[in-house]
Amino acid sequence: MNNIIVYCEIEDGILADVSLELLTKGRKLADELKCELEAVVISNEVEGIEKVILPYGVDTLFLAQEERLYPYLTLPHTSILTKLLSDEKPQIALFGATSIGRDLAPRIASALRCGLTADCTSLEIGEHRDKKQKKDYKDLLLQIRPAFGGNIIATIINPETRPQMATVREGVMKKEIYAPNYKGKVNILDTSKYINEEDFIVKILERHIEKKKIDIKNSHIIVSGGYGVGSKENFELLFELADVLGGDVGGSRAAVDAGFIPHERQVGQTGITVRPHLYIACGISGAVQHRAGMEESAMIISINKDAEAPINNIADYAIIGDVGDVLPKMIKYYKKNAK
Amino acid sequence: MKGYKIIVLAKQVPDTRNVGKDAMKANGTVNRAALPAVFNPEDLKALEQALRIKDENPGTTVTLLTMGPGRAAEIIREGLYRGADDGILITDRKFAGSDTLATSYAISLAIKKLSPYDLILSGRQAIDGDTAQVGPQAAEKIGIPQITYCEEVVAITKKSIQIKRRLERGVETVEAPLPVLVTVHGSAPDCRSRNAKLLMKYKHAETVTERQDGTDDYLELHDARPYLNIHEWTVDDLNADEEWLGLSGSPTKVKKVTNVVFTAKESKVLGDKDDEIEELIQELLENHTIG
Repeated sequence: MNNIIVYCEIEDGILADVSLELLTKGRKLADELKCELEAVVISNEVEGIEKVILPYGVDTLFLAQEERLYPYLTLPHTSILTKLLSDEKPQIALFGATSIGRDLAPRIASALRCGLTADCTSLEIGEHRDKKQKKDYKDLLLQIRPAFGGNIIATIINPETRPQMATVREGVMKKEIYAPNYKGKVNILDTSKYINEEDFIVKILERHIEKKKIDIKNSHIIVSGGYGVGSKENFELLFELADVLGGDVGGSRAAVDAGFIPHERQVGQTGITVRPHLYIACGISGAVQHRAGMEESAMIISINKDAEAPINNIADYAIIGDVGDVLPKMIKYYKKNAK
Repeated sequence: MKGYKIIVLAKQVPDTRNVGKDAMKANGTVNRAALPAVFNPEDLKALEQALRIKDENPGTTVTLLTMGPGRAAEIIREGLYRGADDGILITDRKFAGSDTLATSYAISLAIKKLSPYDLILSGRQAIDGDTAQVGPQAAEKIGIPQITYCEEVVAITKKSIQIKRRLERGVETVEAPLPVLVTVHGSAPDCRSRNAKLLMKYKHAETVTERQDGTDDYLELHDARPYLNIHEWTVDDLNADEEWLGLSGSPTKVKKVTNVVFTAKESKVLGDKDDEIEELIQELLENHTIG
């Protein structure tokens, strides 16, 4: 009762990074609230999954394992969690802001009639005073997220309903083992008590999941291009520079929409958030939702023909020039000067 | 009965994608009033999926359903110009302050009022909030399955629909019985443009409120051509429990809002000459930004 529960995602027997990040955050919040941390895995049978999860400081791991529970389907996962959350009555329930988490969490929140905040970038514990009702709330989950295209940062609370539900973006929180030999217990759920045949009316006919995803999040150097790069061919220059510098290539939403670069590489509000040591923005004007995804980069270089481009305001170096001229020079002088 | 009865959920949103200099206040925050109101982009893509089904299946009707202030009737007209058959605007002051749960409650009541239907389509998320919650929550409240992140409707029959879904790391094709609620992903094709004939036909389509406020006298026209009526539904029309609407029906509260202020830092401006680029590269190498 009144614990924190984290929904853990599995793909091909491997726990998602975002789930480990949530467990790490969940443990910190549990210590602050002096409650237990619980995790739930719903999938086919995955051997030794508890050895991965418990060291994150998990006191109870709920396992619902059955062949047909993997790959993920909305309805059976919703049924299991709705009942589990009703029975266990946690105060906080956390999900990854992933294809799965963002499909699942709202359905559960609707069934439980409780508040849900999407795409949080930070979670804290805090208090709140409702001035109108003269009511004080303690130990609330403060759910912090960008909104309005990244132009505002909102702090959302759910004063009255439990659990306080949130989805959290991948890569915004760190993952850290709490104690390698942490003593938690495993609670195996009898799935027949949670799901019925009707939960399986949606069928998966075909599925292609890339084994190794493009993941520029962990790159220290990102060369990123916008609509101003002009074409898919011109993006080759960005790949070339990224290659010599040992970095990776990203793009703005406009570049993705124009088909210059796949969505997996999109940086910004609706893409991923990156904070590399060096971010080179090529032909990117610097729309707010793009900046939301990269402005915490340690150093920003912009290359833009337009001296007035907003990106120049946050750039450490603004090179006024054509991407097609500047990039070959950067490659050339890097090769000449690097030891 | 021939064809399908399709409901498309749509929202009018401030265009947060193009926050240009004009939309920035002197203190560096965004002036929301300066942003144009647009048809939420992914909802337009949902409309396109509906229209494609209509192209292939004569007798199909596409009804737009939106919730918002009176001016949101604009997106219904926008949808009519592109091929939708009619539209309903859910509008009432009592909806003000609704979060996604309260919104999905109101929408689910409107959908129930429109039943029977075969398919509900909506965008995955709206660009003002980016929550992607109203679709799944409405599906739960109606008690039908949901299929999120649709990139393409692969096939549809009277019994079932096949949808190709765009996931973070791949694609998936699923089959669901009808009725089902499908949310459409940004990777789906763009919506067709306005059709000149339809633009002429629906130019004077209006809600009752708009007609009362308007100075033009099209009363006779509206009587003669009932398709020019955009329906307005209020809390009473939906038979809604007011406890579940607006602020009282919204479990999430906004505690605090901070405007993101973009401050200019000291930035060095360079040209594209060889010596300038070489100097920069040398500097980056020296301070180990690049290795």
